[in-house]
Amino acid sequence: MLTVFLQFLFSGLTVGAVYALVGIGFNITYNATSIINLAQGEFVVIGGLMMWFFSESLKLPFLVSVAFTIVTAGIVGLFMERLTIKPLKNPDLLLMIMITIAVSIVLRGLLMLSFGKNPYVYPSFTEGEPVSIYGAIIQQQTLWVIGITGFCIIVLFFFFKKTITGKAMLACAVNPTAAQLVGINVSKMVMVSFVLSAIVGAIGGIAITPISLMEYDKGPMLAVKGFCAAIMGGLGSNRGAVLGGFLIGILESMTAGYIHSGLKDAVALIILLLILFFKPAGIFVSKTMLQLRKF
Amino acid sequence: MKKGDSIAFFVLIFLIILLPVLSGSTYTLTVGIFSGINALVAIGLCILMGYAGQVSLGQAGFYGIGAYVSSVLSLHIGLPIVISTIFAMIVAAIAAVILSVPALRLKGHYLAVATLGFGEIIYIILNEWGPGGPSGFGDIPHFSLLGYTVDSTTGYFYLIWGLVAAVMFFSINLIHSRTGRALRAIHESELACNAMGLNVVALKIKVFILSAVYASLAGSLYAHYVTFISPSSFSLFYSILVLMMVIVGGITNLWGAIIGAVVITVLPELLRRFEELDVLVYGLILTLSLMFFKKGLVPILIEKIKKLRGFAVAKH
Amino acid sequence: MLSIKEISKSFGGLTALRQISFDVKKGDIKALIGPNGAGKTTLLNIVSGIYQPDNGEVIFLGEKIVHLAPTKIARKGISRTFQHVELFGNMTVIENIMVGRHAKTKSGFFSSGFKLPFVMKEEREIQRKSEEILEYINLGHRKDEYASNLPIGEQRILEIGRALATEPRLVLLDEPAAGLNMRETRNLGEIIKKIREELKITIVLVEHDMDLVMRISDSVTVLNFGEVIADGTPLEVQKNPEVIVAYLGDEEDIPRGYNAHT
Repeated sequence: MLTVFLQFLFSGLTVGAVYALVGIGFNITYNATSIINLAQGEFVVIGGLMMWFFSESLKLPFLVSVAFTIVTAGIVGLFMERLTIKPLKNPDLLLMIMITIAVSIVLRGLLMLSFGKNPYVYPSFTEGEPVSIYGAIIQQQTLWVIGITGFCIIVLFFFFKKTITGKAMLACAVNPTAAQLVGINVSKMVMVSFVLSAIVGAIGGIAITPISLMEYDKGPMLAVKGFCAAIMGGLGSNRGAVLGGFLIGILESMTAGYIHSGLKDAVALIILLLILFFKPAGIFVSKTMLQLRKF
Repeated sequence: MKKGDSIAFFVLIFLIILLPVLSGSTYTLTVGIFSGINALVAIGLCILMGYAGQVSLGQAGFYGIGAYVSSVLSLHIGLPIVISTIFAMIVAAIAAVILSVPALRLKGHYLAVATLGFGEIIYIILNEWGPGGPSGFGDIPHFSLLGYTVDSTTGYFYLIWGLVAAVMFFSINLIHSRTGRALRAIHESELACNAMGLNVVALKIKVFILSAVYASLAGSLYAHYVTFISPSSFSLFYSILVLMMVIVGGITNLWGAIIGAVVITVLPELLRRFEELDVLVYGLILTLSLMFFKKGLVPILIEKIKKLRGFAVAKH
Repeated sequence: MLSIKEISKSFGGLTALRQISFDVKKGDIKALIGPNGAGKTTLLNIVSGIYQPDNGEVIFLGEKIVHLAPTKIARKGISRTFQHVELFGNMTVIENIMVGRHAKTKSGFFSSGFKLPFVMKEEREIQRKSEEILEYINLGHRKDEYASNLPIGEQRILEIGRALATEPRLVLLDEPAAGLNMRETRNLGEIIKKIREELKITIVLVEHDMDLVMRISDSVTVLNFGEVIADGTPLEVQKNPEVIVAYLGDEEDIPRGYNAHT
């Protein structure tokens, strides 16, 4: 009983960790720009596929591959912001969201051209025996995924709380005009937010690919789940996105395990709707915070 | 109806009658039929978003309800198609009420994700419990009315675009009426609407129902036309596609919904020749058109015409 | 006509209104004055149903209306304008008024879509009536312009016109003269008086412009820190020592126009 439960729990935590990272990615751009970047899922795919390219195809050492992958994702984020977001001054938010969808289609087209339609995989970061906890078998990569997610969360926490750039980004979120007045380069912060969210997404992709494989069209589903995680926790709150992500992941894996695998998405969505209808601000954001948001 | 609308309406009728005569090719008409089906969904979404200011990412759900309910009722129970189509609209309307009562308190992103969740739940239900599961089912009877069965491409073209024209007529009247004004007012300021004694909640629910009924009608037509359906046609991707149509055409103008539907339906057909590159080119065209034709094709066209007229007047 | 009975309201521990009571007589122009933060707008929001008071009653034409939704209250005959103009900016001036006719007309989704004969008739009626109102408030020449393109003075008058379109018995005006120059304010005063005299509509006016208040109102209630400190005719209120202290106690805080009359 317990063994099976734990098994489901850990597989839930694994996918949940990626949803959490995608959710955090949404938050980073949302906080700086009020834009929901629906190309967020593609960043994860870029992470997985580029990591395969550097480590398997070019046979570069592990850490070098990771670094190159992150840089590639960052550049994609940078180009996306400079080419499509920046040129539009004072745009309609809905239009912005549609543009990010259009960009995600472009990225998908590029990924399909370069990698084809096959799924890709590379070995776990560390070789070795799976860990056993009360009989539940946990792949080492699972621990990597959860660990890396935790590490990202901590780094981001310090970034936003302790560094000048991080604080400046938060200031842009609260009031862009005021931020501009006190000398913050808002345009640069928007750019940084896109680069950062792309990197966070790519890290998720690098970590998860050895477990769940990666293919060019996985982006939209990841984006939807990550978006749900962000909304569930209250848009803009990273702590919320993490809890939301894990919650969705666990619910999915429990439903798949105990009820029926076809229903795993439905349960997560029903929970999401219930939260929206009864606690629209998300589980972790106060109502006052919600009222401050313009959209 | 205003003058511009009347002219556009006559052009539409003219094109509908003429196209099958001028181009007998089944391929052209087929693409035309799909454009018409999409236009029905887009018109509903345009009223909902462009006029009443409510976002929906769940139109595929209503579209799917229309297709499945009408197919099952006509195939397994043997109801006449017209009755099954109307029944499907009623089911979609009920679903719209169930969704909109709690959801319409939400705004912006939250409303978007709630409707998205609804659409996905319908999609999952179709996958799990729909006849044939993920692979769908066929043998759906063709559309028939008073003993006359529509089974030619030309017949479907006239049927579907006839309905597009009828729906358009209804919708244009609606948005220029007391109700249409109220919807636009809700978009601008709910606070003021309440102070004027408008029943904002009821209006929002009604406009949601309207968009659901249009989508359901389109779904039923789709099912009876292709005679084979599977859940994949009713996924989130379709909801986003419809949203794209409305925005590319111009969200503030109902004609934009039709133009957008045609453009977004025809575009992938034109891009077939690019083979592997089609997804990329499609994405690029969308991105660029969203960036450079922000307001949408129809509003930009109208501005151009007004400018030209201005020149003409100035010359005299 | 309108009785406010022991209304209290606090926001998160901060008391905005404490045991407020006063009456508005039918056909009066009642001014509600007081320093910033005295709770005037809060009170209007309670009367129009946007806020629920913690306790107390609002009685309109003999009926308790405190627990009704804003829409219901509007349909009972209370209309209002807003401190921050809430016009439908992307709609034309005439359309703004026409929306005001909504509650008095009834064509629905189906009848409108099919353009039934009675809808056409009603629409012509709405159009005629709205044009009439526009002429009445001297905005006929702005008919087809977008509301957001009007200068602030005309926007405020348009908002009053929209309120009139609902055929109200009581109109609440929240700082209608804010942001207006002297000429515009005088014009506004004329319109408010005209509405009361010709249309017999009762008016509650929240206003900082003492000149305007003293000129047009029949009765004045003064709020300070959420309490009524004076209630009477403009003359009585001006002489009330408590009012003078409230306004002049802190000399930095003398409201515009007040000195002219004292």
